[in-house]
Amino acid sequence: MKRRVVATAAVAVLVAATTAACGSSNGGSSASDKTLTYWASNQAPSLADDRKDLTPILKDFQKKTGIEVKLQVIGWPDLYTKILAATTSGKGPDVLNIGNTWAPSLQATGAFVPFGQQEFQAIGGKQRFVDAALATGGMKGKPPTSVPYLGLVYGLYYNKKMFADAGLQPPTTWEELVSDAHKLTHPDQGVWGMAMEGGSYTEGVHFAYIFGEQHGADPFDASGKPQFTTPGMVAGVKQYVDLMADGVVNPSSAQYKNGPEAPGDFAKGKAAMLMSQNNADNTLQADGMDPDAYGVVPIPAPSDAASDVASFVAGINLSIFKNTDNKAGALKLVKYLTSPAVQEKLDQPFTALPVNKGGTVNFTPKAHEAQVFASILQNRAKPLPLVPAEAAYETNVGNAVAALIAQAATGKQVTSADVKSALAEAQAKMASS
Amino acid sequence: MTAQIERPARPRVPGTPPSPGRRLGGLLRSRPHLTPYLLVLPAVLLELLIHIIPMVVGIVMSFIGLTQFYIRNWSSAPFVGLGNYRIALDFNGPIGQELLHSFLITIVYTVIVVGVSWVLGMAAALVLQRSFRGRGGLRTLFLVPYALPIYAGVITWSFMFQRDNGLINHILQSNLHLIDSPSFWLIGNNAFVAMAVVAIWRSWPFAFLMLTAGMQSIPDDLYDASAVDGAGVWRQSRYITMAMLRPVNVVLVLMLFLWTFNDFNTPFVLFGANAPEQADIISIHIYANSFVNWNFGLGSAMSVLLLLFLLLCTVVWFLIAGRRARRA
Repeated sequence: MKRRVVATAAVAVLVAATTAACGSSNGGSSASDKTLTYWASNQAPSLADDRKDLTPILKDFQKKTGIEVKLQVIGWPDLYTKILAATTSGKGPDVLNIGNTWAPSLQATGAFVPFGQQEFQAIGGKQRFVDAALATGGMKGKPPTSVPYLGLVYGLYYNKKMFADAGLQPPTTWEELVSDAHKLTHPDQGVWGMAMEGGSYTEGVHFAYIFGEQHGADPFDASGKPQFTTPGMVAGVKQYVDLMADGVVNPSSAQYKNGPEAPGDFAKGKAAMLMSQNNADNTLQADGMDPDAYGVVPIPAPSDAASDVASFVAGINLSIFKNTDNKAGALKLVKYLTSPAVQEKLDQPFTALPVNKGGTVNFTPKAHEAQVFASILQNRAKPLPLVPAEAAYETNVGNAVAALIAQAATGKQVTSADVKSALAEAQAKMASS
Repeated sequence: MTAQIERPARPRVPGTPPSPGRRLGGLLRSRPHLTPYLLVLPAVLLELLIHIIPMVVGIVMSFIGLTQFYIRNWSSAPFVGLGNYRIALDFNGPIGQELLHSFLITIVYTVIVVGVSWVLGMAAALVLQRSFRGRGGLRTLFLVPYALPIYAGVITWSFMFQRDNGLINHILQSNLHLIDSPSFWLIGNNAFVAMAVVAIWRSWPFAFLMLTAGMQSIPDDLYDASAVDGAGVWRQSRYITMAMLRPVNVVLVLMLFLWTFNDFNTPFVLFGANAPEQADIISIHIYANSFVNWNFGLGSAMSVLLLLFLLLCTVVWFLIAGRRARRA
């Protein structure tokens, strides 16, 4: 008798467990081949704007293919964690946007569909993409798990009127940039030479990389081992942190994190310069800045620099989740979103560079700005390291840089030795991840 | 007890199998000692599902190298034995060093927050013990921080702590002239102060609530009798109020300790996933190690260490409290 009770209990547990399992298996991925779930990243000034921009395009897609796309726009601070959670649970979207620098790390999880010959054929061929952008799709020598969708690079935005009033030309070397920034800083009027998203780890690692490259340093050696403490890496980080230490940046911006705060300061005339990716255009205009009030030049390098790298190949890629029930539909959506016709429509609201060969820059009517950004992508941009440890590099080095910025902002001196020890700590943490 | 409730036996229709309910009834009649076990069974199952299984999963995770490369298929993650623990407890390496730092910060944070919250709660409860006009209003007012949703309360504080246009700097600088230039509250050394202030603001009303409830169960006769014997307010507070509140205090301090030690919401809402070093308390530190670095094995090992520490504290606390109670 007792045994029967135990058996009943066991059955009850099993039933509970299986119903729970059923509940989770048909959560995110679409059950039929007539629907898709799509996670978009935040490219417009607000999540609502993204939805507004994408909805008509996805409706069009539904008209053409009969596939209904369920759109979810996810903010940048959450996107990475959400992808990670989806990877862990196997419950996620069919198609999603990723920051292209994450591509190798996400590829390493094995949770995304590799684009082999067949997949590339389904989306219209590999050769139509801009080479530099395509190279960000995943690890070198393996079929990529993402394809380029929106192209972005860094540029130096400057306030034309403030420069003209001070009798200055946009800087062509880093030394000029620093001296201009000093001349344009007037703390008593609440005006600073440079705007900065100082608390953001992503910005921190981006500049650590760009300036490190200017000093001839690569964060990883040929075998993929981190080498963060080389003199070039240290000099690169110090070049960025010194902007804060020199007092040409509002100390308060040490708290700015991934929000529109730094572009906001620039748009409102509280800062004369801003180093940002080209999608700053839409934030600036949303903040009420006239497009003719600012100009863009490449971020300059020190006059004795080893290289004049001005950006990394930034951008948004599209990936397909392996757990999708509708791979054919997902490929159709990827093909559609990256097609030249749709790109032309999306590049404007998302202020992105074309990822198709021969595409024209159409996010800005300003010919000079378009030409500057296009040439940065072509000639002065280098992809971030395409190694699986890239994501860990971003968080560890990025957080170290943000902490150094905070140190400089609170008035503590930041020496090369401080930078080196912070980077050594970041490197030591890589060993465990 | 339950065995005494007996229904009259109904004649069984021959040929029909006994229904499950009847079978259970029969079982209970023949084995009355099973009843209590059956009654607690649902609770045991839920306890297993909600507490024990996740805990066991966490412990298992701490023994495997569960990094980004394996999160899709846990079973493929390599078994690393005590490797994660070795990294976490290697106080010469950067990860162990940071964990130790975080642990010490958390202890200081907990002592300050629990101590100040208890003193404030006690003081307020004593003041409001005797009836006077407006007591109800004050009680309600004091409980507001506890009643507010955590997120709303803490995010409001984070606005007040902003450097440029935050209320705190405005009061300190423009109104009181205590500081010359605006201070940072959310980065640097002040971050710890800011976090502790918010946590105290959030937890003292709970101490107040518990102590008020405890005081209401103290019979007035005791105060009357002691007044006849010539005891003043201080002696009454010490020998009647405090003595009678002992059982409440034992539980209250332990709860405040556990909550504060594990506090995640306050630093997360104030600072985001990466708290400044000076305010890097243990739960947010573990979160950063698991979710920011994608190393769940290491994060789990740290969690297990935390669990063991808190378990030890709880056991020691009850041993001390129990011994004192026996002596009294």
